[in-house]
Amino acid sequence: MREFAYQRVTQVREALTLVAENDGSRYLAGGTNLVDLMKCGVEAPTRLVDVRSLPLGGVREGADGGLVIGATTTNSDVAAHPEVRRRFPALSQAVLAGASGQLRNMATVGGNLLQRTRCAYFADPSQACNKRVPGTGCSAVDGAHHNHAVFGWSRHCVATHPSDMAVALAAFDAVVHYETLDGGGEIPLSEFYPPVGDTPQQETVLPSGALITAVSLPKAALSPWSRYRKVRDRASYAFANVSIAADLGVHDGVVRDVRIALGGVASQPWRARSAEAFLRGGPASFGTVPGGG
Amino acid sequence: MAFHRLSTCAVALGEKGVALNEDTHSEILLHVNGVKHCLSVDNRTTLLDALRERVGHTGTKKGCDHGQCGACTVLCDGRRVVSCLMLAVAAEGAEVTTVEGLGGDGELLPIQQEFVRLDGFQCGYCTSGQICSAVGMLAEYAEGWPSAVTAPGSEPVLDAVEVRERMSGNLCRCGAYPSIVRAVLETAARGEVTG
Amino acid sequence: MSGAAPAVGVARPRVEGPAKVTGRARYAADVPMADLAFGIVVVSTVTRGRIRDIDVAAVQDMPGVLGVIDHRNAPRLNPDAGHFFGPDGGLQLLQDDVIPHAGRPVALVVAETLEQARAAAEALPVTYEVLPHDTDFSADHPAGRAAMALFDGPVDVGDVDRELAASAVVVRERYFTPEEHCSAMEPHSATAWWEGERLQAVDSNQGPFFIATVVATLFSLPLEQVRIRTEHVGGGFGSKGLCGPQLVLAVMGAMHFARPVRVTLSRNQVFLTTAMRPAIEQMVRIGADDDGRLRAIHHEAAFELSPLAEYIEGCTELTKTLYATPALRTRLTAVPLDILPPYSMRGPGAAPGSFALECAMDEVAERLGIDPLELRLRNEPTVGPASGLPFSTRNLVACLREGARRFGWASRDHRPRMRREGPLLVGTGLAATSFSVGAFPSTASITAEPDGTFTVVVNATDLGTGARTALTAIAADALAVGAEKVRLRISDSDFGPAWSAGGSRGTTSWAWAITEAAAKLRSSGDQGTVTVDTAQLLNDLPSRERHSYSAVFAEVTVDPATGEVRVRRLLGMFAVGRVVNPLMARSQVIGGMIGGLSMALHEEGVRDPVSGRHINADFAGYHISAHADVPDIEADFVPDYEPGIPMGIKGAGEIGNVGTPAAIANAVWHATGSRQRALPIRPDRVIEEHPLQ
Ligand SMILES: Cc1cc2nc3c(=O)[nH]c(=O)nc-3n(C[C@H](O)[C@H](O)[C@H](O)COP(=O)(O)OP(=O)(O)OC[C@H]3O[C@@H](n4cnc5c(N)ncnc54)[C@H](O)[C@@H]3O)c2cc1C
Ligand code: SF4
Ligand code: FES
Ligand code: FES
Repeated sequence: MREFAYQRVTQVREALTLVAENDGSRYLAGGTNLVDLMKCGVEAPTRLVDVRSLPLGGVREGADGGLVIGATTTNSDVAAHPEVRRRFPALSQAVLAGASGQLRNMATVGGNLLQRTRCAYFADPSQACNKRVPGTGCSAVDGAHHNHAVFGWSRHCVATHPSDMAVALAAFDAVVHYETLDGGGEIPLSEFYPPVGDTPQQETVLPSGALITAVSLPKAALSPWSRYRKVRDRASYAFANVSIAADLGVHDGVVRDVRIALGGVASQPWRARSAEAFLRGGPASFGTVPGGG
Repeated sequence: MAFHRLSTCAVALGEKGVALNEDTHSEILLHVNGVKHCLSVDNRTTLLDALRERVGHTGTKKGCDHGQCGACTVLCDGRRVVSCLMLAVAAEGAEVTTVEGLGGDGELLPIQQEFVRLDGFQCGYCTSGQICSAVGMLAEYAEGWPSAVTAPGSEPVLDAVEVRERMSGNLCRCGAYPSIVRAVLETAARGEVTG
Repeated sequence: MSGAAPAVGVARPRVEGPAKVTGRARYAADVPMADLAFGIVVVSTVTRGRIRDIDVAAVQDMPGVLGVIDHRNAPRLNPDAGHFFGPDGGLQLLQDDVIPHAGRPVALVVAETLEQARAAAEALPVTYEVLPHDTDFSADHPAGRAAMALFDGPVDVGDVDRELAASAVVVRERYFTPEEHCSAMEPHSATAWWEGERLQAVDSNQGPFFIATVVATLFSLPLEQVRIRTEHVGGGFGSKGLCGPQLVLAVMGAMHFARPVRVTLSRNQVFLTTAMRPAIEQMVRIGADDDGRLRAIHHEAAFELSPLAEYIEGCTELTKTLYATPALRTRLTAVPLDILPPYSMRGPGAAPGSFALECAMDEVAERLGIDPLELRLRNEPTVGPASGLPFSTRNLVACLREGARRFGWASRDHRPRMRREGPLLVGTGLAATSFSVGAFPSTASITAEPDGTFTVVVNATDLGTGARTALTAIAADALAVGAEKVRLRISDSDFGPAWSAGGSRGTTSWAWAITEAAAKLRSSGDQGTVTVDTAQLLNDLPSRERHSYSAVFAEVTVDPATGEVRVRRLLGMFAVGRVVNPLMARSQVIGGMIGGLSMALHEEGVRDPVSGRHINADFAGYHISAHADVPDIEADFVPDYEPGIPMGIKGAGEIGNVGTPAAIANAVWHATGSRQRALPIRPDRVIEEHPLQ
């Protein structure tokens, strides 16, 4: 690990300035991904700006009645929040399906969205990887890619996004809020992670130096019984082989509306739009699903 | 490598402050088990390495150094964390509790007693982490936190399935899992987690 | 002094329990040491090749760096040094520019602090000439050759082909198990320093005396000049049976820098540089009559190894003793590849071997339409089928019957895919096993202290097996005193020769020496010090088939839509001789069964098909079972006694692993109707396209 300076900030503007000032600066939140990758030699910041003391923690009601989750809220606090559990149970489930109790106590919402892929070649600087060093090639394409992308990949990169939380957020059409020195902005989660194309190093559309301040959820989900289901190689403490977040609005036995997002299958939470279209307006029964019974 | 030496921690840092400088080293005040340690650390030092190599508390173990095993679990302000992914500088201001700080003067906590009585370990290498994790986990449960196996819409009830899911961040290669789960449930039944 | 209640057979918590739950128990990397320097290992990123250059100058001036040791300045090592199987090229670290396998240590960077050593090690530029490699294992690899026959050599009894031709059913299948890693939670760590003329080291290993002999040979030092100790050891499972790279490099560091040097492997390096179980492919043919009587067993196993060192993965050993059969043929093939030398991992040979044999037996039962339990009972041998020797004791039937009773096996519908619970399929399976037991020569000495206590010195190691507690009890009973009168000292090469903790022979070997010493001391009137060596006694032990036995029963649920397999119940009945401490023995066998569960469902070392390098060499990629994977496990013991060994004890350290993978695989078949002949039973191997049809 390279030597670095460390600063803890309490003002958003101070954080933005420190990061803008120096190319090698990075925000540090829970550190569960950044410190890990620094140990692997994948990340080598020269300055860490610790954002955990910024006034960005907690879950509150937004002006439109939706939920606003502060960027530094820990994953544990998101999952345990009564309103999240009541209105967006799939989000609580998704967060709880990720990592471990210890890691969720450290990990934050902002850091979770920006965690890097778990592709083994990416984490090993002695291997070629277009995402880590553009133009070096993708070791996974011809290598072991058992758990890599099945949707939206390119020859340049077949990695998946590892976040469980983001899958549920995608199903709820959440919006990411950020600040920069030139002002703030918001990005719908469905547009937050761009297609891989030939720029796998371009993982989000967040402006450079931007600080995520919050994620907002709409006033109401389609239903109060949204669910998250994760399949993995062991029963807990493992990344997804595949996961699904689904929210189904049913009225009189008819699927009024439906949102489905898949995890572990693409470089972004994958909205299953055709499946949604297929189900929408149809009968809400098991038989609807091809191969179901 | 410039080394920024500040006169004394107390003066430089006040109660909860961090020495703000452009240096690669910091003077920090680490609260461990109720004792304040004034340390000059390389910013790269993790809380785990600071505890083990600087404070001399080797009870906290390193199994992987990447957040993948739970052996290094400690409590920060009462919440369980993996100390291998927390920088020592980032732990400044938090009250850190390690396995050495759990029991009072020579007295084992109920959770420690149950681990011994029910043989909740073999080699013992994962044990400090399991015990710290269990203490943190029982507090989380007491606050009503759900887990991945809690049915949505209902409140969790601590049974073996809940304990297993909540403790899954602590690997044990000796395979002491069933006795650990029993020890945690027995402790919970005794209703006195921290003694 | 007599009249103390016996300590053996009593369930007692471990003597070191309070130290382990308070963090006071010290492991190798915990030992405080003045003037300590830290060494970080740099390992090869190519699978085969040569080192072109190591640019030491690039890191020499980094903060805190004391220096770098590589093949140009390392002390010369004795190439004769080796392990159980002969000279081991895996020990010859930093001797030349040759890279024989990925992850081979190429340098040791030593600095004042851990952070500084790590930073310099990461920054050290190493360039390689890359040579073509071969890490592609298969049983019919052209390089395959007969394995060394030190044990588990080829056996031919009767005429296998004729018996198979005459059989009512013949099962012929292949079974695959991947590279598996011991993965003890404590990464290997050693601290070495000189005290005058003596080399001292605290190391995490399974037997300090044996390790000291290896170090002495390797560095061409007289044995008296080498002292190796262990503190508490955070698990071994085979990987700490060898002199590890941490110790070789720490010693080099101490020699080179003339101060204490600590080398602790990173978790990644534990995967890359410490012994693993090799990948194995097996072929089993079994022929049986209509009534379930076996006519022939043909079991061949091929495993990978390294040209650097011999090794035997004795997969067919239990096939030679488990069932009566008029014809038996076994073969072991070794396939040299460009890999780290494999070595024994908990349940070596037996764990993968029993997976193949016991799955094949299940298929025989299926084909015959008989109860798999009944099939085992019908094929009990009266003498060793290969050796012709009598069994010292054989309590497999008791394990099977008692296990079946407790598990409720009688009500099982033996047809597959008959039980459903909502979207889940449910199935049960069993496996029978044996594991060879015995003892190796050891020394022990006991001193009668003036205050009426006894100091017992034996070179045992406690890897979490409970050796401290068990040997204290054994010594107490042998001396006919209470356990509180016994002071046990272990784990110091100065204590003299003893077998290491391994091969399920640690406790039997040490206990034998202790009981001999105690008998001698008592006959001399409890005076002074006596020292014994059991070498001769062991020679006098008559040849017998000596084994532990067990029957393992598993119940699984399978979600055919996702391929997820969960073990819902696991029960093991064991015959492991006299049980010294039921609490710890149960922990041992349950731990083993969890190792077996982990092997069945999770563990798989994966190599990059292009570079031949490990790509999941950490705990996020290489999964071992976590809490949530493990149900409450029932394990118990049938009455058993080994007549040839003092106190009637056998080993219990490894048999738990054996049998469990087959029991689970058979249960998965029973649930789904599909056979799983490759481990681990991953979701993608189980998932069904039309799950609910
Ligand atoms: C062993 C292990 C298992 C795991 N398993 C899972 C799993 O199953 N599912 C899952 O979803 N996750 C899993 N994780 C990942 C974990 O959830 C993430 O590491 C975590 O959510 C990251 O959050 P953090 O606050 O620690 O981020 P950090 O590590 O602090 O930061 C991550 C990145 O985000 C940036 N960043 C942080 N906050 C902000 C902000 N406010 N604005 C702008 N940039 C910011 C940082 O600069 C950095 O680049 C696992 C991690 C580990 C180590
Ligand atoms: S899949 Fe993507 S992250 Fe993985 S090696 Fe290829 S480019 Fe790198
Ligand atoms: S050492 Fe921290 S989680 Fe393994
Ligand atoms: S007791 Fe050995 S790893 Fe848990």
